[in-house]
Amino acid sequence: MSLDPAITDLEALQERAPIALLRSALPGAVTGGKFDRGELTLWIERAHLREACSLLKSDLHFNFLADVTCVDWHPTEPRFEVVYHLLSIPRKERLRLKVRLAGGDASLESVTSVWPAADFFEREVFDLFGVRFQGHLNLRRLLMPEDWEGHPLRKDYPVEGYR
Amino acid sequence: MAHLTPTPALDPTQEGVMILNMGPQHPSTHGVLRLILEIEGENVVRLVPDIGYLHTGIEKTCEAKFYQQVVVLTDRIDYLCPMTNNLCYVLAVEKLLGLEIPPRAQWMRVLLNELTRINSHLVWLGTHALDIGAMSVFLYCFREREDVLRIFEMVSGQRMMTSYFRIGGLALEPPRGFFQVVKKFADRFPARVDEYESLLTENRIWKDRTRGVGRISAEDAVALGVSGPSLRASGVDYDLRRDMPYSSYDKFRFHVPVKHEGDVYARYLVRVQEMRESIGIVQQALAGMPEGPIKADAPKVVLPDREKMKTQMEALIYHFKIVTEGFTVPAGEVYQAVESPRGEMGYYVVSDGTAKPYRVHMRSPSFANLQALPTMCHNRLIADVVAAIGSIDIVLGEIDR
Repeated sequence: MSLDPAITDLEALQERAPIALLRSALPGAVTGGKFDRGELTLWIERAHLREACSLLKSDLHFNFLADVTCVDWHPTEPRFEVVYHLLSIPRKERLRLKVRLAGGDASLESVTSVWPAADFFEREVFDLFGVRFQGHLNLRRLLMPEDWEGHPLRKDYPVEGYR
Repeated sequence: MAHLTPTPALDPTQEGVMILNMGPQHPSTHGVLRLILEIEGENVVRLVPDIGYLHTGIEKTCEAKFYQQVVVLTDRIDYLCPMTNNLCYVLAVEKLLGLEIPPRAQWMRVLLNELTRINSHLVWLGTHALDIGAMSVFLYCFREREDVLRIFEMVSGQRMMTSYFRIGGLALEPPRGFFQVVKKFADRFPARVDEYESLLTENRIWKDRTRGVGRISAEDAVALGVSGPSLRASGVDYDLRRDMPYSSYDKFRFHVPVKHEGDVYARYLVRVQEMRESIGIVQQALAGMPEGPIKADAPKVVLPDREKMKTQMEALIYHFKIVTEGFTVPAGEVYQAVESPRGEMGYYVVSDGTAKPYRVHMRSPSFANLQALPTMCHNRLIADVVAAIGSIDIVLGEIDR
C-alpha cells in the first residue's frame, strides 16, 4: 500500500489551471485547495460559487456537471460541505468544488442556470440534507414523500428505528 | 426547461387540455416511475417526472456498515448490472487505500463487466422492443441473457446479486471450465446479434416508431448531464473506458460507436453496436488472461485463503480481525467513475479514518439521464413518450437508491 501525501498548500498548487483562473478573475473566491490521490479539490467561498462555476464552464470547458452531493460533519461547524464534481469532456479532466455551510444557515446559490443538470441533484441534496438552493425554480422533495419530516442523510438522523 | 417551474403550462379547465398521470404502476415505465403529462389532444406539452417510489436509503445504510459489507449493497442499486456497481465501489475504496490489484483480477473484472454490459443491453433491447410492440425480440434476448446469467452463477453462485468483486481483488478463483463456457458463448453471440438486427434494424414499423422520435441535441444532452450510449447517440464521442481508463481497460482495443441523429433509433443502433464491441473485449480478455494471484498482497484488508487460515496463526488472526472489526481506511475522499451500460456511474466515498465509510454517494447515470426526458418528449405524442423512456434505458432502483 502506498499513498503519496496530499498537497494542501494553495501556493504549491498555483499553476493548476482552475486555481490560476479563479485567483486572477475572482480574488477571494478560492479559500483552499487539495491535491490528493490524483484528484483536485477547491474550496469556494459561498458568495462566489455561481460566478466561479460559470467561469470554469466558459473558460476551462467544464461543460458537464457530473454530480452534486453533500457531506454532513455534525457536530463540527461549519457543518455541511456541498460537493460539486465537474467534468470537462473536451479536456478529459475532473475537478471537485466544495462549499462549506454553517448548520444554522445552510443555503447557497443554485447552479441550475449554469448547468441545467443540477436540477435533480440539488433537489436531492435539499431533500436529504435540508440545504436550500436559492434561485432553484422548483425546490421540492425528490426522493422522500412530500410530507416527510426531517432530512434522512443528516448525521443526527438515526439509521433505524423511530425518532 | 419548462419542467423546472412548478406551475403548469396549460390551463386544465380549457377544452382539449388534460393532465394525465402515467405510472407508477405502468408496464412501460420500467419500474415505478411516475410521469405527470400535460396534454393537449395527444400532444405532450409538458412532462414532469416524479421519482422516489423505490427509495430505500442505501446511502444511509452504507454509513452503518463496514467497508467490505457495502459491496453487497451496491448490487441492489442496479440489478441489471451488478458487476459494474461492484467494480465502481471496490475501485473507489482501493483508490482510498492505495492498493495495487494483480493483473489477473483486473482482467477478470473487465471480462465480467463486459458480460454485464451485454446482459443489461439484452434486457433493455427486449423490453424496449416489447414496449413498442415487437414481442418476439424479447424472447430472443432473454434466451441469451439466460446464458450470461448462467456464467454469473458459475463464477459467483448467484444469478443477479453477484457481489463477486472484493476490495483487493476477487472473491474466488473462477471454477474449472469457466473460460471454456465463456468462450463458447462469445463465439456464438455475434450471430445472435445478427438475429436481433434482422428483426429490427430494417423493419419498417420499427423505423417509423423510432426515427426522429425523442430527439435531443448534443448541447442539450451535455447540459442536462446525459451520459453513456444516450450521449453517444447525440454525437458526443466520449466513453470513460477509453478516455479515463480504469482496471486495465487501456490494454484492450475497441471501437466506441457514435451516432449523430440523437433519436431513439440512434440510441438503438449505438447499443446494438456496443454489444458487438463488448463481445470483442471478452474475446481479447479470454485470449490474454494473465496467470497469477486474484487478490492483492495486503493481509490487513484482503481475507486470507482458507488453506492458510488453517495452517498459519497470523492468517487466522487477520481473518478474525477483518471479519469482526473491519479494516481502517486512511482519511480522505475519492470520486471514482466507470462506464456502466447506462452511462457514468460514479461513487463518491469519504473516509474519516475508521472502518466504516463516513459517506457513500452514488452518482447514478439513470438519475441524470431521466432529466433529459422532458426535453425529448416536448411536443411529441404520448405514444412517443413510451419509446423515449425505453430508449434512455432507466433502472429505477438506481435512480431512487
